[in-house]
Amino acid sequence: MTASTLQAILPAIILVISAMAVVAVDLITHRRARDVVLAGVAVVGLLLAAVAAFTLVGTTPQSVLDMLVVDGFSTFLMVTVLIGMVLVVIYSIDYIKLVGEHRSEYYAFLLAVALAITIAVSANDLLMVYLAMEFVSITSYVLVGFLRGDKRSNEAAIKYFLYGAVASAVMLYGISMLFGVTGTTNLNAVAQALAGETLAGGMRWLAFSSVVLLIVGFGFKTSLVPFHQWAPDTYEGAPTPITGFLSTASKAAGFALMVRVFIVALPSFAVDWLTVLAGVSMITMTLGNLVALRQTNIKRLLAYSSIAQAGYILMGLVCIPQAQFGLRPLQDFAFNGINGILIYLFAYVFTNLGAFAVVIAIENQTGKVDVKDYAGLIYRSPWLASLLLIFLLSLTGIPPTLGFWGKYFVFGAAVQVQFFALLIVALINSAIAAGYYLNIVRYMFLMPAEDEERIKIAPSLGIVLGVTFVAVLGLGILPGQLIQWASESAQFLVQF
Amino acid sequence: MSATIPLSWFLLVGAGLFSIGLYGALARRNAVAVLMGIELLLNAVNINLVAFNRYIVPQQVTGQVFAIFVLAIAAAEAAVGLALIISIYRSRDTVNLEDIDLLKG
Repeated sequence: MTASTLQAILPAIILVISAMAVVAVDLITHRRARDVVLAGVAVVGLLLAAVAAFTLVGTTPQSVLDMLVVDGFSTFLMVTVLIGMVLVVIYSIDYIKLVGEHRSEYYAFLLAVALAITIAVSANDLLMVYLAMEFVSITSYVLVGFLRGDKRSNEAAIKYFLYGAVASAVMLYGISMLFGVTGTTNLNAVAQALAGETLAGGMRWLAFSSVVLLIVGFGFKTSLVPFHQWAPDTYEGAPTPITGFLSTASKAAGFALMVRVFIVALPSFAVDWLTVLAGVSMITMTLGNLVALRQTNIKRLLAYSSIAQAGYILMGLVCIPQAQFGLRPLQDFAFNGINGILIYLFAYVFTNLGAFAVVIAIENQTGKVDVKDYAGLIYRSPWLASLLLIFLLSLTGIPPTLGFWGKYFVFGAAVQVQFFALLIVALINSAIAAGYYLNIVRYMFLMPAEDEERIKIAPSLGIVLGVTFVAVLGLGILPGQLIQWASESAQFLVQF
Repeated sequence: MSATIPLSWFLLVGAGLFSIGLYGALARRNAVAVLMGIELLLNAVNINLVAFNRYIVPQQVTGQVFAIFVLAIAAAEAAVGLALIISIYRSRDTVNLEDIDLLKG
């Protein structure tokens, strides 16, 4: 354990300490100051961890005890997710004050789940993959069911739990078979063991079925069809800040695990998982968008929209040039799929958190979460209406927002590998998605308001809206740095 | 190391346990019974891990350590799961999953 190893896991160390600090500070703070102080400790911890992760950007990839690999891919996602978690903590302040449940535990769990995600994005061993996934899941179950007196929160949590526990056990069965075939759990060693032509017929089938079982687990975490059924119910019933978290940071963790396991450990089975995932990607975006069309609850609508978005993100993994697997250097490709996934996840985290901040602002004041309650929002709060318009345009993928660049790079990857069937399905789906996103815009700008009461924006939500606005529109207009960072980060995944 | 029982027997027990567990998790309507099904799934995995470790890489302990981690995670998962089941029983007086249907659409 050297100093550079310690530096590589510094974000995780900071998060462990701050999670414990939140609980300790709760005991010594005066009741009235508690809300702000606890959230402050959590925000400082997450920001320090984000800075620690940012200092790792551009350093040579290093392995921590052969269990974790801290490389460009993981630091990119770490920074993205940790900043996202800062926003989740900030926009939780008023919400949690309103529902009045145990606050220090809430922030401690948010820090714990941030820790779980920093481990997930760098897991390089099947054991760590499983542990990180369970760590993210178990803390999320608790956060979803955090409103103990609320029947809907209870129900959301139990559905999420039962679905998640079965999915991860099924995935674990796949991991055990992969261990049986290769005799190792390190992802690089698994790849080496599978590489030769030495696999006997029976062993090959064992490895193939483990690929399918792995897709079940990752599909659950990233809400891919047909493992998405939990998502709408859980998103609707969970506390709204947690819904925002589940649809962004938790999904990013799932994609990070999936991309690393498939690309690092299973390149020899690429033909198999590429085929399965291509089908899953098409079905996911189509079903997500079609069902979203007839949703009336905004949280449920955003849930189905996030299922559809998972389908687009998956395109990045499906459309990796075959050269990724050692034939030609990766930098020959402007659209290598992985940088598409990274840019898309970055764009999606900020856009969706911004959209949820607007939903929370309205819910905190009026308690309403239906699309029809957004009628005439432009008269009640021009700021919220304009911001939500920008976030919805970004979700649709219209320039000059950040969402456009995410779509540009995953669709570009499909063009690069000439997978036109997938591209056409994705383009048709983008048009369908515009239908329900713009329907909300129609309500906000063209329908008369039922209630003239103006909606105030709390300072905490103002911060979140400001940051997400700058990210979505600012980086949407000047995406050069982000694209360069993502493309450099994507290189590491195959080099190490 | 001369094993008299072939590896496939252990794997068959594991597969059988996995199938029973999956049936329990998918077909039972009682939340506690579903949780028991999930525990069976995890135990099937443990049998696989330990058997593979013994037959494929007997000089290492990777599989056995993995199995211990799975046991610990299973305990954590059961604790959270039972807590959630208790809180839903308090608010609804039922743990029948068919009656837990406020959220739909």
